Amino acid sequence: MKEKKGFSPGRRRFLKGLGGGIFVFFAFGMLPAQERPRQGRELPADFNAFLRIAPDGRVSCFTGKIEMGQGVVTSFAQILAEELDVPVTSVDMVMGDTDLCPWDMGTFGSRSTRFFGPPLREAAAEARAVLIGLAAERLGVDKGQLVVEAGVVRDRKNSGKRIGYGQLGRGKTIERHVTPKPSPKRVSDYKVVGKATPHNDGVAKVTGRATYAGDVRLPGMLYACVLKPPAHGAKLKSVDTSAVEGDKETILVRDGDLIAVLHRYPDGAETAIAKIKAMWDVPRSDLDPKTIYPHLLKVAPPGETVSEGGDLKAGERLARRTFDATYRDHYMAHAAIETHTALASFKGGRMTVWASTQNPFGAREEIAAALALPAEKVRVVAPFVGGGFGGKTFNVQAVAASRLAKLTGRPVQVAWRRDEEFFHDTFRPAGLAHIGSGVSGDGRIVSWAYDVYFSGPRGAGQLYAIPNHRELSHGHYTGITGAHPFRTGAWRAPGSNFNTFARESHIDMTASSLGIDPVEFRLKNLGEKRMAAALTAAAERFGWKKGATPSGRGLGVACAEDAGTYVAAIGEVDVDRTSGRVRVKRIVCAQDMGAVINPDGAAAQMEGALFMGLGQALTEEVPFKGGAVLVKNFDTYEIPRFSWLPRIETVLVENNEVPPQGGGEPPITVVAASIGNAIFDAVGARLFDLPMTPERVKEAMAGRRAKS
Amino acid sequence: MVKGVEFILNRKRVRVETDDERMLLWVLRTDLALTGTKYGCGEMQCGACTVVIDGKAARSCQTPLKEVAGKEVLTIEGLETNGSLHPLQRAFAEMGALQCGFCTPGMIMNAYALLMEHPTPTEADIIGGMEGNLCRCGAHTRIVKAIKAAAPEMRGGRK
Ligand code: FES
Ligand code: FES
Repeated sequence: MKEKKGFSPGRRRFLKGLGGGIFVFFAFGMLPAQERPRQGRELPADFNAFLRIAPDGRVSCFTGKIEMGQGVVTSFAQILAEELDVPVTSVDMVMGDTDLCPWDMGTFGSRSTRFFGPPLREAAAEARAVLIGLAAERLGVDKGQLVVEAGVVRDRKNSGKRIGYGQLGRGKTIERHVTPKPSPKRVSDYKVVGKATPHNDGVAKVTGRATYAGDVRLPGMLYACVLKPPAHGAKLKSVDTSAVEGDKETILVRDGDLIAVLHRYPDGAETAIAKIKAMWDVPRSDLDPKTIYPHLLKVAPPGETVSEGGDLKAGERLARRTFDATYRDHYMAHAAIETHTALASFKGGRMTVWASTQNPFGAREEIAAALALPAEKVRVVAPFVGGGFGGKTFNVQAVAASRLAKLTGRPVQVAWRRDEEFFHDTFRPAGLAHIGSGVSGDGRIVSWAYDVYFSGPRGAGQLYAIPNHRELSHGHYTGITGAHPFRTGAWRAPGSNFNTFARESHIDMTASSLGIDPVEFRLKNLGEKRMAAALTAAAERFGWKKGATPSGRGLGVACAEDAGTYVAAIGEVDVDRTSGRVRVKRIVCAQDMGAVINPDGAAAQMEGALFMGLGQALTEEVPFKGGAVLVKNFDTYEIPRFSWLPRIETVLVENNEVPPQGGGEPPITVVAASIGNAIFDAVGARLFDLPMTPERVKEAMAGRRAKS
Repeated sequence: MVKGVEFILNRKRVRVETDDERMLLWVLRTDLALTGTKYGCGEMQCGACTVVIDGKAARSCQTPLKEVAGKEVLTIEGLETNGSLHPLQRAFAEMGALQCGFCTPGMIMNAYALLMEHPTPTEADIIGGMEGNLCRCGAHTRIVKAIKAAAPEMRGGRK
C-alpha cells in the first residue's frame, strides 16, 4: 500500500463534497485506457472504485458498475461486510452515478463479479488494516491487541478502550491507495461470501420501493413521446401537427429531426403523438429474412483469425470423412421488461439524467456530444436497471430526453413504448457460420475450417483438441455500414450464443454419422480438462446412458467455453411430429466458473440464462422488411413463459484454484445447441437455422423424408 | 371527460379528478405517485402492470379509471401490513425469485389473486395462472417455488 499525495484541487473538493471520511482507492478489471481523452471531472487512471468510511461509520463503495439483475449489489456488499467486520446493513453501494463514481467502461454481463470480486475483497481487507492502524494510534494500544466487531474497534484486554470506524478520521479526509492482489485460494476461508444469501435489494424490489429510471419524479416534469419513423433510414417529407397545436395541455417541440410532444401525463403524450400526421420517404430495400444471408455474405469483410493450429491442408488429406455445413441465425431483440427510459433535467447549465443504462459514462458522452456540452456539465445516474442483456448500452432515449429538457427548460421523461423498444433496439445480428471438417478413421477430428459472418468472434475459437484448424471471424456483431438494415449490438454472450450452436451441432452431426455416443465422442476429442470435467458432471447429474443418435430418446448435448467458464448442458425434448412443436422437458447444466462468491446467486443466474436461451432456440426472431421492423409487441415476439418451464438443474463444478469467472452468460450459449441436438435425437432431422420454430422443424423432418 | 372518481386504494378511500377514460396504470404512477406498478407493454401482454381489483388480478394498462369507481384496488405498495412483508413478498425476496425486479410487483400481485382463488394450488395451477406474466431474466423456477411456499401462510389467514 502506498499513500498518494498531490491530487488536484478538483479531486479534493470532490472528496470533501462527499462529506469527508476515510477513502480507500483501488482498481479492478479493465482500467480506462491512458490515451482515452479524459473528459469531465479529473480522475487519475489508476483506480476505478473506492470505499468511503463516513464519519457516522457507514461504509460506501463507489463504482460505475450498475445493477440490472445480476445481483452484484448483494455480492459486493457481502464481500465488504465480511472483510470489514461491519453489519451488511451498514454497507451502501453507490453505483452508476457519473458524478460520484470513477469512470467505468460499462456493465456487461459476466464481467462484474469476475473482475471486481477478488480485488474488492482485497481492498476491503487493506482498508481494515488501515482502520486498525489508525485505531491503534488513537487508543495507544498495540495493533495485535485490537478486535473489530460490528464496525467498532476495541482492546481485547480492556473493553473500555474502543472506537468506532467512523471516528477514526477525526473529521479529516484521509486517502489511501491500495493495489489488491487476487488470492483465490482464500475463498475457503469465506464466512459470508460463498454462502447462499438472498438479494439485499430484494426487499426494495418486492415492495415496489426500488427506483428505476421511470420512477424518478421531479417537480414540473413532463412526459414526452417522440415521433418514430416507419423504418430505419426513413426521411421525413412533411408533417402535419395541426391536430395538437390547439391543445393547451400539449407542448409541441420541433428541433431539426426531433419532433416530440410533451404532456404532464405519459398517456397524454401518447395520445397526442398519435394525432401527428407525417409523410416519410422510406428507402427501397430488398432485404428481408431470406435475402439477408446472400447479402451478408456479399458484403462481409475478409476474416480475422480467431485461432489456428497445425496445417489445415494436411489435415484435410488425413480425413477419411468430411462434413460440410452452414448454420444460420436471425435477428433477435433484447426485450427487457423495462423499456429504455430517461429523465433529464437541465438547470444552471448542468444536465442531470436518470437513465436505464448499462453504460452511464457512455451515456454521458453521447449526451454531451449531442448537446455540445462539456462532459463535466453532464451527470448520468443509473438507478436500478430493469434488465439489460447488452441492450442498454446505447442511450438514444437519454439523448432525446436531454435535448427536450434543454429546449423546454422543464424536466422531461422519455420512456419508450413497447413498439418503440422493438424499433430502437440494437438487435443481436443475423449471422452465418460455415464449417468444413474432417475425421480420421479412428474417430478423431483432424481438420476444422470455421468461418463466422457478423456474429462476432467470441466463442469461435477452437474448443476441441483438433490438430489442424483455423477459425475466421468476418465482421463484428456491431456490424459494418451497409450490412444490416438497422443497428445491431451485443446480446447476452454475444457471438458465443451462435458460434456454440454451429460448432456443437456440427460435432453432433459428426458423432451421429460415425455411430458414436455424443458424450463419448466429445470426451474423445476434448483436450481441456476443465471442459471434460464439466461435461462429465452434466452427464452424471443427468444420468446419461450411452447410445448413438438418433436414438429416439430426444436427448442432446452441448459444450462451450465462454467468459473463462466451461459449461456443458444436456437437454431433453419432446417433438410433436404433426405440429413441429418442441417442448423442452429437462435441462441439466454444469459449469466450472472458478471460485464462486455467491452460489445461490450463481445458480439463479444460470437458471435465468438457460431459460432465456429457450427463446433463442425456439421462437425469437425479429421479422423485418428493409428498415421496417415488423414486430410491435410480445404477441408477435414470443419470449419464454411459465408454461415452457422445463425441469432445470444446475451443477457448479467446484474449482477454487481459478478466480471467479463469468456466470450469467455462459449457460445461454449451450441451450440452442443442446436442444437442436435433442431434436435430432428425437426425430432424426437436423436443424441448421435458429430459431427452431415448428415450421422449421416440420421442414427439416419433411426434408429428411424426401431424402430417405 | 374530467370527473372525480372515488375508490379504495390500498385500504384507503381516494378520489382523483381526471379524465376517467385514462388507464389506471398512468393514474397510479403519476396522479397517485405509486410507481411500484410498472409499464411493460401497454397491451395486456406482459403483466408488469398487474394490480388486484376486488380480489381479481387486472392489467392496469388496459383498465380505464372509471371501471374502478367504488371498487377496492390493491397495488404492490399496499401489500405490507404494519410494516411487515406479506408472505408472498417475503418468499420472493428470500428465495431469490427475482433478478432485475422489474416484473416482480406484477408477478406478486398476480400471484396474490391466484392464491386467493386457489389457496392450495398445484404446480399446474401456478403455471397456468402466471402464464400471462413475463419475466425476461428467467426467474420462473424460483417464482413458482416462492408462490408454493407462500400459499400455506396465506391460507393461515394472512391476506
Ligand atoms: S403493461 Fe400491462 S400487461 Fe404489460
Ligand atoms: S426479474 Fe427481470 S424481468 Fe423478471
